[in-house]
Order: sequence, then structure tokens, then C-alpha cells
Amino acid sequence: MSAPLPETIETTLDILADGKYVADRSLATALFLALKLGRPLFLEGEAGVGKTEIAKVLSETLGRRLIRLQCYEGLDVSSAVYEWNYSRQMIDIRISEAAGDRDRDQIENDIFSEQFLIKRPLLQALEPDDSGLPPVLLIDELDRTDEPFEAFLLEVLSDFQVTIPEIGTVTAENPPLVIITSNRTREIHDAIKRRCFYYWVDYPDAQRELEILAVKVPEAPGELSDQIVAFVQRLRSKDLFKLPGVAETIDWTNALVQLDKIDLDPETVNDTLGTLLKYQDDIEKIKGSEAANLLNQVKADLAARQ
Amino acid sequence: MSETGNGATPGLALLEQLEGNKLVTNIMHFGRVLRTAGMPVGPGKILDAVSAVQAVSITNRRDFYWSLHAVFVNRRDQHEIFDQAFHIFWRDPRLLERMLGLLMPQAPGEEDGPEPEPPSRRIAEAMNPGNDDGSDDEEEKEPELEVEATLTASANELLQKMDFEDMSADEIAKAKAAIARMRLTIQNVKTRRFQATHRNDRIDMRGTLRAAMRSGGSVIPLQYRTRRKRTPPLVILCDISGSMGRYTRMLLHFMHAITNDRDRVSTFLFGTRLTNVTRHLRNKDIDIALQKCTDSVEDWSGGTRIGDSLKIFNQYWSRRVLGQGAVMLLISDGLDRDAGRGLALEMERLHKSCRRLIWVNPLLRFEGFEPKSQGIRAILPHVDEFRPVHNLESLTELIDALNSQLVRRKEGITEWLQAM
Repeated sequence: MSAPLPETIETTLDILADGKYVADRSLATALFLALKLGRPLFLEGEAGVGKTEIAKVLSETLGRRLIRLQCYEGLDVSSAVYEWNYSRQMIDIRISEAAGDRDRDQIENDIFSEQFLIKRPLLQALEPDDSGLPPVLLIDELDRTDEPFEAFLLEVLSDFQVTIPEIGTVTAENPPLVIITSNRTREIHDAIKRRCFYYWVDYPDAQRELEILAVKVPEAPGELSDQIVAFVQRLRSKDLFKLPGVAETIDWTNALVQLDKIDLDPETVNDTLGTLLKYQDDIEKIKGSEAANLLNQVKADLAARQ
Repeated sequence: MSETGNGATPGLALLEQLEGNKLVTNIMHFGRVLRTAGMPVGPGKILDAVSAVQAVSITNRRDFYWSLHAVFVNRRDQHEIFDQAFHIFWRDPRLLERMLGLLMPQAPGEEDGPEPEPPSRRIAEAMNPGNDDGSDDEEEKEPELEVEATLTASANELLQKMDFEDMSADEIAKAKAAIARMRLTIQNVKTRRFQATHRNDRIDMRGTLRAAMRSGGSVIPLQYRTRRKRTPPLVILCDISGSMGRYTRMLLHFMHAITNDRDRVSTFLFGTRLTNVTRHLRNKDIDIALQKCTDSVEDWSGGTRIGDSLKIFNQYWSRRVLGQGAVMLLISDGLDRDAGRGLALEMERLHKSCRRLIWVNPLLRFEGFEPKSQGIRAILPHVDEFRPVHNLESLTELIDALNSQLVRRKEGITEWLQAM
């Protein structure tokens, strides 16, 4: 099922909500602008705040194909854009040699033609999917790749075209919806950012996080969710190396639901802290008395609110 | 581009069509304010902002805010500036315009309104750049001592071994010149990118096929490719506390020379707090670079809190500058006001986040140096190499160390660990 692009910020919010993504209006504004004006959306933020998820939700609710390009150091044209099918080319050369039916120029034309081309994500993204709609292109963790690839992306992102020396320039008739994410392990060059709409995805506040839990883990009891969110929110004010993201909150809630917990107790918190904190130093710091302390504060707060 | 895209020309047409529109003019002025506040806002951005505002069909202030935010803000740290500028500007646009007018030399304030209330500090600072012409140069004020007529070979040698601390003004000048000539012959690390080669390394299928076509397809001459090499990023953390005193200036010269010699160098200074001076040191002119460093650092020659500074570095910077196999240079005498509290933990984290950690310590010049102080004992187990830096010779050696092939971690430190 494909849906039309949203026409207002409200409908953008609705689309995200359909895909079970609870978004701030500010994020919806940036996303709406990106869709409306045909520019990439550049999402930056800590790990686990739901950057990648946006692209998945978009592809799902808009009914577009999702093409994902996971970036890594040394990502090059042959794995991001296109590659020639060498074995087939070789065979083709040998066959025509044996048959002797084609001259050199013809062979060259033939083996560097589209049927020998292996399309990688960026090239795929320039073509419409089966229903004729441009796909959603997710360029994930752009900060992991190196500067040369960033420079290459400039052509793709501003003109939505790719140049293949043997064939020519491939241009997208309808540009794909591009979402770029970065964990900010390195500053992305301004030339890239200039072509995009930028949004910093922050940790949600308590109320937003409760809404997220209600959507993502509906089977969790309300009181447990309250406690979890209050605990995580307090944890984020602590001096930790890596603060827990929304993904961790959801994982933790899932874990606790699986353990049939309806109430947080210090022992459970200690046992399951590994789903929330991912650095040994951080776990060490919180485990035991600190966790019990936090839990007491949380419970006192919740009791006072009722 | 598609029907939704907005290149430069439609944008211009849009602007013409909207000429006289108050909102458009104000967006333009707002963009100028942001530019003055140091954000990279060009005419393109302003056109983008206009089309963004049109696309959203603004009904409330919050949508307006976030639409402009999506266009103008490029990094997280710009958010604060944007936020303050937005609230001041769009509360009473004329206020900021007037203030801008007052600051612009070519456009003096045309109306004498009531004194505008002072904006928040950051914006005020951004709009009122202090005069930063480096007028007082310490070097020139240092007392002239007797000057030797020429720098003979032996004098040169003497200079090599002389401690920075004992140098006269003239010798310092010569040492600085020597430092400025120091070059890192690039130490390379294999990357995951490839280049063509004649050695039998890996077969380059693409090149091979092309070559085959050139030769008519009857022969297929194999082409090869090999891994490309590149310098790893270098991050320098330099102690500028009182105890490092005399060395600091020399080291700054050294850091300046290195920063301008290779790419991907980040430099941080710390005493009781951490300051990023990378941008300042990139300035080609050493005097301007040092002046800017001096202006931005607030804790020259004070105490040292290595643990706290490293903590800040680990928390806010390590994940941003230590990517892609960075080599780290820690310049400090290890004398810590907090007596090494929390230092070992932060050192461990630092050590784990970089490819190689070299500790450079001017105290190492003393023959009988023993790792006695708390700070030193906390740092030593977590570095890969331990080197002196107190004269030109040791600086040259340091450069050699940076150029040398990467070895097993902690190789250069085993003796010290045994001595502890």
C-alpha cells in the first residue's frame, strides 16, 4: 500500500504515529520540510534515540521500498554505487572469441552495458520501485565512513545523479526520500549538511517516553512503565559515559515484561542493568547502592504524585 | 530535480515575487544576525528558509521556529545561538536590527530609541567581536642578553641539548625557528581504500577488464591494486599549568608546526579546565595563532586537574576526535593537584579509545627520575610510550617516534612499569 506524501505537519505526525513512532512536533516539522522540498533529512544524535527507525517507519507507512546503505570506513564506489559482473564479462569475452562473431568495439560496448552492471544501494535508489514511486534511501551512520565518500555523496545528494564512466550519467526522475543518520563520532562536513535539513534527535522527556513505551510495549503494566521511565530519566541525569537511549528503555521494559515483573525491586534492577547500560564502568557505578537509592527516589516521587 | 525541489533560480524568482513582503525581509535580517553571530548562513540558506516557511504555511510560532531551525542549524552546538537569537529577534525584530545597525560601521543607528536591553551574553559577544589584534608580544619584552655573533655548528649542537628552561631569549628565538622547520615525514596506516600498483598484490578486476578491452579481448593482462595508506589522526592534549611553565610556549610552537604540517590534528590545552584550540593553531601565522590561544584559555599557569580534564575530554570529545585509529599525544608532567584522584580510570578509558597513547613528560630530563608522584603512577600503566620533551633533541626524537612503525601496545613502557 502506498500513501501520498504528507501535506501538512499534522499529517506528517499522523504518518509517524501510524508507524508507531512517537515524534516531537519539531521533528515532524523538519521531516515535513525534507519531504516537501525534496531535500535529505540529516539526523544526528546519540545511539539509540530512534534515528534509523524514522526511515523504516517512513518506508512502511508511505509504502515505499527501503534502501539502506550502512556506512563503514573504506566504503567505496564498488560497494555503494555499482560494480561490474566480472565473471560474466569474462565469459562473454571468451564466448565471442570462440564464435568470432563480434569485433572489438562491439564486445567492449556489450560487456560494459547495463546487463553486466550490479547495482548497489545508491544506484538502486535512483530508480523507482515496482509501483513507480521513488524509494526511501537510508544512509546510516555516515560518520563511520571517511571524507572521500562524503565528497562523492555531494553529487548524489544535490542532483540525485551518479556518473558511471562507461555508461554515462544516471539521473533519478523522481528523487528518493533521503534520510541520513550520524552518531557524531566525527564532524560531517558542512558541504553535506548544507544540502540537508538538520535535526538533532535528543532523549525524550518523561511524558514522551511514556507514550513511546505505551506504543512499543503495550503489554507492560502502567505502573511498571511509570517506574521504568522515572528511573531511566533519573539515570540520564547521572554522570555516565553512555546514557541509556530510548532503545535501551524499550529493551529493558521488554526484558522486565518477559520476567513477569509488575514492580521494580533493587534485585531485578541489578540483574537486568546490562540491558540499560553498556559500559562496565557505568554498570559498576550504578549497581548496588546507587540503584537502590535511585529506585527509592523514584518510588517516593511516584507515591507523592498520587 | 523534481517538482518539489527548489534550485537557486526558482528561489530567486520567489524572492522577487515576495519583494516588499515584511516576513521575507525579516527572515533575511534574521539570517544576517545569525551570520554575524558566527553561524554559516549564506544567501542560499536564506532562500531555503523562505521556501521552508512557505511550505509549512505557518500558523503558529513553534512551527515557524522549527522550520527556521531545520534550515539554519547545522550542528548541535548552534542550537543555543539560534534559540537565543530567535527569541530576541522575533520578540521585537526592530530591537535587534537596531543593535545590528549600531554595530555596523557603514550603517549607523538611525533612530535614537530607548536603550535596548542587553541580550544574553553569548549573542552579545558574538555580535560584538572584541578587537583581537595581538598588540603585546611577550617575546619582544623579554630582556635582551648578550648575543653570540653567529650560530656555528657547535652552537647549533649546544642548542640541541640545552633545556628550554635554561635558554636565553636569543636562544629561544633560534630554537623556535628550528621547531618551525620540523616536519613530520608522514607515518602511514593502511586504509581500506585501494590504488593501482604493479606489485602482485590483489587483482583489480575492473582495471583488468578494461585492459583486456584495450588489448582486444584476446589477452587479459592482470592489473593489481594495493591498499592505500594514510596518516592517522593525531590528537594532542597539552598541560599548561604552572609547573609546565617555561615549556608551554615552546610546546605551543611545536604543536603549531605539527598542526600546519599534516591534516586531522586536534589540539587541546588543559590546566584546571579543558580548551579546544585546534582552530586557533590552524592559523598559519604563529603569532596570531598563539595570541588566539592565549585569549581563549582562562587558566594559564594555574593548578592542574588532570583527572577532571581527561574526564571532560573522554565525555565530550573522545568519541568525536579519536575515531579512525587516532594517535594520542599527552603532554604533561603528571603533577596533579587532585593527587591522581579518578585519574587512573580516565586514563584507562583514554587508552582504550585510541590506537596509540604517547605520554610526553619534561620531568623525564632528570637522570634519576622515578615515578613517585600519585599522578604519574596513575598515568603510567595506561600509556604505550613514555618520552622526555625538554630540548630540541627530544622533540626531534618525539617526531621520529610518531613516524616509526606501530608496535605492540605498551611496548615502550615495560621498563617503567617494572620500576614502579
